[in-house]
Formats: sequence, structure tokens, C-alpha cells
Amino acid sequence: MTTTTMPTARRSAEPTTGPAGGGPSKPRWTFAGTASAVGAVILAVVWLVPLLWALDTSLKPEPETTRTPITWFPQAPTTDAYRSVIDQGDLIRWFLNSTIVSILVTVLTLFVSVLAAYGLSRTTFPGRRLLYGLIIAGILVPPQVLIVPLFQEMTGLGLVDTYWGIVLPQVVEPVMVFVLKKFFDGISRDYEDAARVDGASRWRIVWSVMVPMSRPILVAVGIFTFIGAWNNFLWPFIVTTDPSMMTIPVGLANVQGSYGLRYAQIMASAVLGGLPLLIIYALFQRHVVRGVGDAGIKG
Amino acid sequence: MERPDWKERWAGLFFVAPFLLLFALFMLWPIVSGLWNSFFNTSLAGVKHEFLGLQNWQDLFGDPAVWSSLKNTLVFTAMSTPPLVIVALAMALLANRKGLLGWLLRFSYFAPFVLPATVVTLIWVWIYQPGFGLVNGLLTAGGFAEIDWLNTENRAMLAVVITTVWWTVGFNFLLYLAALQGIPAQIYEAAAIDGAGGRQQLFRITLPLLRRTTGLIVVLQLVASLKIFDQIYLMTDGGPNYATRPIIQYIYETGFTSYRIGYASAISYLFFAIIVIVALAQFKLFSGREETA
Repeated sequence: MTTTTMPTARRSAEPTTGPAGGGPSKPRWTFAGTASAVGAVILAVVWLVPLLWALDTSLKPEPETTRTPITWFPQAPTTDAYRSVIDQGDLIRWFLNSTIVSILVTVLTLFVSVLAAYGLSRTTFPGRRLLYGLIIAGILVPPQVLIVPLFQEMTGLGLVDTYWGIVLPQVVEPVMVFVLKKFFDGISRDYEDAARVDGASRWRIVWSVMVPMSRPILVAVGIFTFIGAWNNFLWPFIVTTDPSMMTIPVGLANVQGSYGLRYAQIMASAVLGGLPLLIIYALFQRHVVRGVGDAGIKG
Repeated sequence: MERPDWKERWAGLFFVAPFLLLFALFMLWPIVSGLWNSFFNTSLAGVKHEFLGLQNWQDLFGDPAVWSSLKNTLVFTAMSTPPLVIVALAMALLANRKGLLGWLLRFSYFAPFVLPATVVTLIWVWIYQPGFGLVNGLLTAGGFAEIDWLNTENRAMLAVVITTVWWTVGFNFLLYLAALQGIPAQIYEAAAIDGAGGRQQLFRITLPLLRRTTGLIVVLQLVASLKIFDQIYLMTDGGPNYATRPIIQYIYETGFTSYRIGYASAISYLFFAIIVIVALAQFKLFSGREETA
């Protein structure tokens, strides 16, 4: 495991190697190079077809969706399905819930994980090693096995069908603390010492030295947390019973039943449920790829 | 500068405290109370606790549904892990290039990973439809007989695996890509000077250097596959005839539809133990390999 320091992290933002099996190829046009490019594009098309097929279906009038043989493109594209999905459903409400939940999870996870990682990386309080060991062990705990006692706990706390009930258990991410602590360990103490000489408190140091120096990894970790929170199905599914408190994944799970066999509408809601994250990912792709490298998990 | 007073000594705890509080409340406490539950006959609504001792644990070993759902989980893991590692590696090797093409490839390969389980399953249930589904459309166009993928016992799991590979391979792809980009270009330059071609560079440099990453990905993937629930629950609801029901769905049904909390907790712990054993065994194997790599 290596922890990349800042300057190299910035440089490795773009791939440093060329085509053909990972090595930089000297000759411009080789058979292997062309073949790998063609293979890559075919695979990409295969990977995009299900998404395009969903989009394609959502733009068809209802009767055309079940016509055989299947039509590749809508004969008369229409946005009717989108309109009826938005009009009749709780989709906008679920969308709002997902946004609130995902933002809360991301902000809180980053906040508590940064503080904990700093505490574990830069201070020595009694019991620190034991505590770190416990957190590391927590990485092994699958949240899925905790659903039953966690639900009982939430009932006891009166947090069923509340944002906090959905959010709080998702904030406990031992792996975030682990990744951030490793990153902080790699930051030279000189910066911190200089700030302390200037009279900065530890609290100030966290927010004005450590956090700015860890921005790339914090962005990446934040994006993964956001995607994870947006897509989490099992826990919100357990802890919400009121349709108005459901998140997109949970709400959409009911859609198939309630829309019956109106496939264009089902696909329209799938497209609307997936689009926000595709856009976020397209915008932040560089940070995601770079962050995974920075996280030190590249081996 | 160092003030060895109590404030400085305990400063760290102040930083760890918020995480620690949540960690204790939402991880440690449920772990303990789940174990406690497993010795009782507890219903979800009622607070009636009847001490059963090891009864739940004994029942578990004689319950065929535990073993069949466990078997389904293992079958899914065995079927999904190899393609999720191999396809990810192939994608990383293919997409490790600069420019617009590289961007488009990385986008296409990773895009499904950002979608919620429900969106993925809505799309794939549609694709697997008999008659007008895309897969059967292609099969009939090619002169093959159609298959009712999700309602045929020995096809349903394969359908789930295909969907899962499509959906989640992007994460492993990203880990491989990061590893590839971490290999210094000088190694390839030196190899090229020594006369190594693309093929030799791939097999003599790239793949050996990716061994540690492969070990890591296999560990993460095995544990992730064992936790299968969402897509099976949404696509087949464990059917047809329980042929795809994974262990987590059985835990969920025992606890939340049969209201047998104590028994569900006991099954949870069985599953937890399996995850820990697999992870520890893999870590051990993986760290042993590290020294020779």
C-alpha cells in the first residue's frame, strides 16, 4: 500500500501510459493498437446498450413498447411517458428525499471521518491503538447483518420514517476513517508545525491545513459516499414505510407494480432516477479516477 | 511547545468523539443486541422476551431454507466473481489511454455503477422480457428459441449474474485503472529499449505488477458478492421456487415478514461468521503473496 503525496497525485491525473497492453507504444499504427481500440469501443457499446434501450423505450408511445418484432427506434418519439410519471407519481418527492439524504450522509460522513482520522493520525490519547483496531475491525462488519437490531433501535429512538433514521447509520463508515487516516499519515508534519508556531489550534489545523491538502481524496471519497447513499436500497427500504419518506431506489421499487404493464412509463422513471448520478459522474469523472489512486488502494 | 497537560493528552479523543458516538450507537450496539436477541424468542412488535438459550442456533442447523439460501449465495459468488475480475482487468487495459476516446471508454464502463439497484433492475427485467425484450429479440432474430430468463429455475441466477456484472464491474475496473496508472512509464521505456514488444510488456511487466491489485479486488469482490440481496430481491424476489433466494433475503423475510427476530439474528450471525472467515482467509493469502510479488 502506498500513499501518494500531493504533487505526484496531481501529475497522475491523466494516464501516463499509452495503448496496447498498457505500455507506451512507439509506432503510431500497429495492428495490436488498432485491434485494442476497436475491442474497447465494441465493449463500450455493449455496456451502453441497456441504458440506450431504456431511453429508447421511454420515448415510445405505450403500444409500441410491446410490439414484436421489436422496433429499434421510436416511430413517433413522445415525452408522454415522462409527463405522466411526473404528474401522477411521488417521483419528485422521492427525488427531493434522495437529495436531502445523500447530501446529509456525505457532509456528515466527511465531517466525522476527517475529525476521527486526524485524531488517530496526529494525537496520542490513551486507548488510541485499541480504538483504531476496533474501527479497522468494523470494516469487516457487513451492514446487512445489522438490519434487524438496527431497526429495533430505530423504533426505540422514534426515528423510523425520518431523515435521521435513514441517514445516521450510513454515516458510520470505518473504511473512510481508514483511508483518510492513511492519507493524513502521508502528509508531512512540517506544515502542521509551522501552523502551530503561528498559534493555530488543532481545530484550525484540521480545517486550514489537513483538509485543503487532502482535497483530491476528499472529493473522491465524497463522490463515492454520495453515490453510495443515493443508491442504498436495503436500509432505506427497511426504515421507511411512509411513501412520502421514501428515497428514489425504494420508491421506484414500487413503481413496477403500480404502473402495471406500462413499460414506457417504467423506463421513463428509471431514466429519471438514474440520470442525476450519470450527470454527476460525467462532471467529476477525473476526480473519481484520480481519487481511487490517491486512496492508496492501488497496491 | 509540548504541554503535557490533560488537555493535550485527551485532545485526540475530542476529534474521534463524534465518529465514536455514531460507531457505538449504530454499529457496536446493534452487534451486541443482535447477538443478545439470538438467544431469545423475540417478535418485532412485541417486547416479549422468552429465553431460548441455544434453541435458535440449533434450529438453524436443521432448517433447509438456511442451507439452500446459503447455497444460492455461494453459487452467485462463484459465478459472479471470475467475470467481475477478468472483465474489469480487460476494461482497464483497453481504457488506459488519453484523450476523448479514453474519457468515453471510462464513462461507458463505469456508468452503470452509479445507478441505483432499482433503476438497474427495472431496465434488466425489461430486457429479459419474453416476446418483446431485447435479449429474446436478439435470440429470435438469430434463429434461437426464446428463454423466459427470470422464470426458469436454472436460468434465473445466470440472468442475475449478467446484470450484476454489467452493473458493478465498473468499480473493479477503476481499481485496476488506478493501479495501471501507478506503474511508472520508465519501466516500459526500459523494457522497450531492451526490445520487449507490446505482448511481452503485457505479460512480463503489466500483469505481474497487477498481482497485488488482483488480490485486493478478489477479496473485495468475494465479500461484496456474498452480500447479494438488492438485485435478486428486485428481479426475481428469490424465485422461481426459491432458486435464487440469497441468505440476506432469508434473514430479511425471517425478521420482517415472519417477525422472528431472535431466529433472524442467529442466521445473521452465521452469515457474519462466514464473511469474516472468507475475508480473513483471503487477507492472509493475499499478504502471503505480497512478500513474493
